[in-house]
Amino acid sequence: MKFTLSWLKDHLDTDASLEQICETLTLIGLEVEGVEDNAAVLAPFTVGYVTDTIQHPNADKLRLCTVDIGAGESMQVVCGAPNARKGIKIVFAREGLTIPSNGMLLKPTEIRGVKSCGMMCSEREMGISDEHDGIIELPEDAEVGKPFAPILGIDDPVIEIAITPNRPDALGIYGIARDLAAAGLGTLKPGEIKTVNGTFESQQKIGSLSEGCPQFAGRLIKNIENRPSPKWLQQRLIAIGLRPISALVDITNYVSYDRCRPLHVYDADKLTGDIVARMGKADDVAFTALDGKDYTATESLQVIADDARVLGFAGVMGGEYSGSQLETTNVFIESAYFDRIVTAITGRQTGIESDARYRNQRGIDTQSCVDGIEQATQLVLDFCGTDKTEISHVVVAGQAPTRAKRIEFPIAEVKRITSVDVPTDKIITILTDLGFEVTGSGDVLDVLAPEWRPDINGKQDLVEEVIRIYGFDSVIATALPRTLVVSKPVLTPLQDKTVRSRRVLAARGMKEAVTYSFIPEEQAKMFGGGAAELILDNPISVEMSTMRPSLLPNLLAASVRNAGRGINDQAMFEVGQIFLGAENADQKICAAGIRRGTATLAGQGRHWAGKNSKVDLYDVKADVMAALNGIGEKAEKFQITTNAPAHYHPGRSGALQLGPKNIIAHFGEIHPRILKAFGINEVIVAFEITLNAIPQAKQKKIGKGALNLSNLLEVKRDLAFIVDDNVEAIKLMNAVIGADKKQISGVSLFDVYNGANMAEGKKSLAVEFSIKQSDKTLTDEEITAIMDKVVAKVGKAVGGQLRDS
Amino acid sequence: MADLAELEQKLADQIAAADGLNALENIRINALGKKGEISLLLKTLGKMQPDERKTFGAAVNQLKARVNQILAMRKTVLEDAELDRRLATETMDVTLPVQADPANQGRLHPLSQVWEEVVAIFADMGFAVADGPHIETDFYNFTALNIPPEHPARQEHDTFYFAPDENGDRKVLRTQTSNVQIRTMQNQEPPIRIIAPGRTYRNDSDLTHTPQFHQVEALVIDKTTTLAHLKGTLEEFFKAFFEIDNLKMRFRASHFPFTEVSYEVDIGYTRKGNQIIIGDGDEWLEILGSGMVHPNVLRNCDLDPNVYQGFAFGMGIDRIAMLKYGIPDLRAFFDADLRWIDHYGFAPFDIPSLTGGLSR
Repeated sequence: MKFTLSWLKDHLDTDASLEQICETLTLIGLEVEGVEDNAAVLAPFTVGYVTDTIQHPNADKLRLCTVDIGAGESMQVVCGAPNARKGIKIVFAREGLTIPSNGMLLKPTEIRGVKSCGMMCSEREMGISDEHDGIIELPEDAEVGKPFAPILGIDDPVIEIAITPNRPDALGIYGIARDLAAAGLGTLKPGEIKTVNGTFESQQKIGSLSEGCPQFAGRLIKNIENRPSPKWLQQRLIAIGLRPISALVDITNYVSYDRCRPLHVYDADKLTGDIVARMGKADDVAFTALDGKDYTATESLQVIADDARVLGFAGVMGGEYSGSQLETTNVFIESAYFDRIVTAITGRQTGIESDARYRNQRGIDTQSCVDGIEQATQLVLDFCGTDKTEISHVVVAGQAPTRAKRIEFPIAEVKRITSVDVPTDKIITILTDLGFEVTGSGDVLDVLAPEWRPDINGKQDLVEEVIRIYGFDSVIATALPRTLVVSKPVLTPLQDKTVRSRRVLAARGMKEAVTYSFIPEEQAKMFGGGAAELILDNPISVEMSTMRPSLLPNLLAASVRNAGRGINDQAMFEVGQIFLGAENADQKICAAGIRRGTATLAGQGRHWAGKNSKVDLYDVKADVMAALNGIGEKAEKFQITTNAPAHYHPGRSGALQLGPKNIIAHFGEIHPRILKAFGINEVIVAFEITLNAIPQAKQKKIGKGALNLSNLLEVKRDLAFIVDDNVEAIKLMNAVIGADKKQISGVSLFDVYNGANMAEGKKSLAVEFSIKQSDKTLTDEEITAIMDKVVAKVGKAVGGQLRDS
Repeated sequence: MADLAELEQKLADQIAAADGLNALENIRINALGKKGEISLLLKTLGKMQPDERKTFGAAVNQLKARVNQILAMRKTVLEDAELDRRLATETMDVTLPVQADPANQGRLHPLSQVWEEVVAIFADMGFAVADGPHIETDFYNFTALNIPPEHPARQEHDTFYFAPDENGDRKVLRTQTSNVQIRTMQNQEPPIRIIAPGRTYRNDSDLTHTPQFHQVEALVIDKTTTLAHLKGTLEEFFKAFFEIDNLKMRFRASHFPFTEVSYEVDIGYTRKGNQIIIGDGDEWLEILGSGMVHPNVLRNCDLDPNVYQGFAFGMGIDRIAMLKYGIPDLRAFFDADLRWIDHYGFAPFDIPSLTGGLSR
């Protein structure tokens, strides 16, 4: 919303500076977004007097003008404007200045071989209008050498404010003045609108009204002459970014901005029968709106129509056919109250953005229909009136709903909510200044909200009005009381896992990415996602259309980008949301990572001490185990299976699970087919841990139990077994441990061999296991007995035979 | 006896002249071995008279002890020399690079770091951390927050929608983390003090906007919390977060459907070259929206607005991360450029804490 300072001062009697006004506007909720101070911008452009002109020696259309620019100085200016002639006062721009409208810097120049110093300016060059047919001619009495802007009255600062959706009243300059006056920045001038008496009954009648148009007021004015509106009005409209069109159109814009009272002026001679407000009908034919585009009304759109046609969209935009033209002599003025929601729907479905829609859908003053007609009538008379002009009585159809919000206002509410002691008389003054009717003076006031404030519904709204105007500076910062002397931990177990998993993975040399929650649909499908309920209706692009079922697609895409930047060894992870469905329980937190090239923990890139090996699934298996251990789980309590989903290599992937159903994590090589789809032709290993899937310990256990240390060394023994190639190492290790749970305290697998001397389909697995000696040294016989048990158990469990060494 | 002195002198000279451990060993054997000169002298004792044996024996034994001592001393000297010789040949190039330390290569994203910083500060002020779903129903994202279906604020939110279900209801991607506030108020009796940090979505993408960003919202509900506490809490937070003693704040009246008495908050700053310095200064930076919770929102959560009251505010985590750490471009946050993460990220053991300091 833009307005000029002088326009504001039409309604506000104030000595406050522009700066004070802007600061106050911002603090009371009418945030100043910009101030254009034309007086300052145009100050260097001064009045010049053309003392002589002669023909340019080398160009028919150019003249050499001698310009008196004051203080005894004279300049020679070459000018092509048709109206450049001796004896006129003009706007002179010196060399070194920049033309406001086009940013051109004036430099010393020669035009067709003749020196030209500075420039005589057009309205367009000064940013006043689009006029560029000639240079500006200033009044004869303009004083040479002085700034020209005040002479034309265009030195008016323009203020632009942001209007929050709750404040339609501030879409009228009178409403802004009211707020400023209440905030102590001056006195609001009386805003009464003068009534113009009609002399006849309007022949133009208003017919039926739809629900979305409770009130429609109109007036017929005959025998006028439409013409350009007066200069002051044009200047104001240009200043706020509107284009002057004709007096009739300019008047509607003026009233709309002055009072937040949208109007429409019809050419009365183009109307056929009664004018009505109704919803669109299936057989309504298309019409051209004032924006020059064709529209067809539908049943959800509210229109204004007559017997012959749809005239426009109610409260949004009129039609071209019945709009007022320069030739128009008889007009019918519309001033209606339209339902906010119906207007909003009509506006949104047609996509028309207009000042009228903007105001009507936010909710204008319900009781302003007749005032709007009267204000417009006076302006039409002033600008377009003739000896023969005739004015009808105002026709009013329907009744606007009154908001009539009566609120019981216990004044203690102000203190309860804000902590500020605002004196009762100050509360009453603020509300009264804002147009509220306040009665009573005790602890509970009776407050009636003004019709122009649709946002006021209850007592807390009144608290806001009071403190908004009284000022936030009165609020004294107060710390929240400490409820506990020492704060308690605040993270939920899941949040704690989220935080810790990040740090563990980073400590393993991985870099944390944060990527978008939405990915291309085909990528989602590759990772088991892409359900209809997870596809956005209005995505930002097809690349960001589908909620991610896994963190891996984005990491793979990022891997490709990073490889493109020459980074071949990559260890990257993300901890974030994945979406397996649209229900709350299906939105899970996952920790996932990828490794590529030689980005292993042992070292990456080339190293003098030896070749760093390529990543493989054991690197990411180690990541999973480390992450689980790091977040307080015991990784070894998870079962390791081959239940990885289809986006992994089927033979080089695994899972960690708790029980047959609950898969906590996957790891392995990404399926080559998926890598190919991403344009990757080398191995990438990856893992995913679903943090929500880890069961929550019922009770936090503090303390670690007693430590029993023996003074006797553990006995270590090695055994190598030959087993079938497909025997999983973990089964053999479990068999070793299980052979004598009391005595065998640990097992490690130190060799896997399937090379020379090994029978087809067989491999050798060698383990070292530890035997506890708690209170006495074991005899050789006892140790041999335990080893026999191990051999027997391994034989039974996995068919392992002792390998001859 | 003179022979003994002569012998001792001879052996001492030989020992002193020994230039290696082998030579020294030969001297020892020649002197003290089975057939060594001193050993042979001792064997002659048996044939002597008791008196003679006594004095001569004592003298030979003393000689033996002294020779042993000289031998040992010489041995140490020779061993040291030998070690020095060996060490002189055993050198390694200490400047050869070691394998990189994984913990030094890993990085946390600035968003994660700042998340922890924010949580640490609010935790100290008694705020718990609450989460909620990203895909949300219309009710939790709008209606419960006092944004009815035709409210203009809905259009301003640039909401991402999913296709309508069989009942015609459309789920949305949450446009703010306020859904968490509603869920908290529905599930927990006041007093409530929570922050809800998390990802939010708006259908907006240009130089300074990304379709997803991160917010932290705070909610306090009890029977006594006022605007003064809002101001106090924000002041404490910004001073702690930006680690400054002076903070200029400006509260501008504004409008949000879910708060009544609504303020946008600016903080003062100055510019030094390309750097923004938060705290003092003549310029204002819009940093967050805030206000006292709207009575309708309380009612929507079955709380009586005549009994309960409190404040809420929300700010961008990405934004305060950019301000604090001088990160210029929001879009780069989500680009997973390893060079960027390396530069702007944080080491795994740089854990922000109020005891050790927040900033790293």
